[in-house]
Amino acid sequence: MMPEIALNILDIAENSVRAGASLIEITVSVQPEEDSLTVTIRDNGCGMTPEEMEKVQDPFFTTRTTRKVGLGVPFFKQAAESTDGSFQIDSEKGRGTLVTAVFGLSHIDRMPLGDISSTVYTLIVFNDHIDFRYTYRYGEKDFVLDTREMREMLGDSISFSEPEVSAFIKEYLETNKKETDGGADI
Amino acid sequence: MKSLEELRAIRAKMQGKVGVRAENENQIRVVVGMATCGIASGARPVLTALSDAVQEQNLTDKINVTQTGCIGLCQYEPIVEVLEPGKEKVTYVKMTPEKAMEVLRIHLLGGQVVAKYTLSAAQNNAE
Repeated sequence: MMPEIALNILDIAENSVRAGASLIEITVSVQPEEDSLTVTIRDNGCGMTPEEMEKVQDPFFTTRTTRKVGLGVPFFKQAAESTDGSFQIDSEKGRGTLVTAVFGLSHIDRMPLGDISSTVYTLIVFNDHIDFRYTYRYGEKDFVLDTREMREMLGDSISFSEPEVSAFIKEYLETNKKETDGGADI
Repeated sequence: MKSLEELRAIRAKMQGKVGVRAENENQIRVVVGMATCGIASGARPVLTALSDAVQEQNLTDKINVTQTGCIGLCQYEPIVEVLEPGKEKVTYVKMTPEKAMEVLRIHLLGGQVVAKYTLSAAQNNAE
């Protein structure tokens, strides 16, 4: 089991990376008034057939050859559903996949959100060839980090793994998260 | 709110510096397993600790930190593999950020394999 929601997000987004996506959109929306925390991960990767989509929620199914179990999706599903939330996968072969997990925000069994900024940072810096659009919302406030906008400002030749750039990404994510949620303990 | 405008300044500062960091054959590759098994057992802080240290110590020309999927040794995660040109691959198991820093100092910089953290040491202990 993953200790935090942010690690589940990292794990599910790694599936999008392996699916050959060129754009991965991640949204984390915390709505205290509705008592919900909603995560969506959308990619334009290879997608799944209806049969694969059914099997992917089964822990004893994986397309990998290195081991016989595939726990990523079942972990995330279990984590959401155990908080009176919901879990859904929509996918189309050749078009991409959308994973939606809704958590009961104040539910006693909800794991902490965890270090979401680190998750997004890791995805962006170590997958330089993929574009990400990350939206973090708390109540009415939100902020976005879109790597396509970053590339426009940086030009094509500067990598996100350059120390100056990766340090900026880290600070951008942490500072803006704090200003969006006021440092709330989620 | 912090804005992306700062990137323009970074771009201006880095003009001329670009392109020097192309991957080269003599680079040591450090690979961190980042599948479900790795992530669940703490690979993310290991990966960031390694890449932060490599950047802070200006070692990016010499050492390239990347990630990979599951290599089938889930019970030993987090796993860090060191691939040095002309040498045999070294597999470090059950890594933490602290152990990874030791590997960086003693192995990647010092050239000595940290035997106590390797897969073979872990397998011998289990027997």
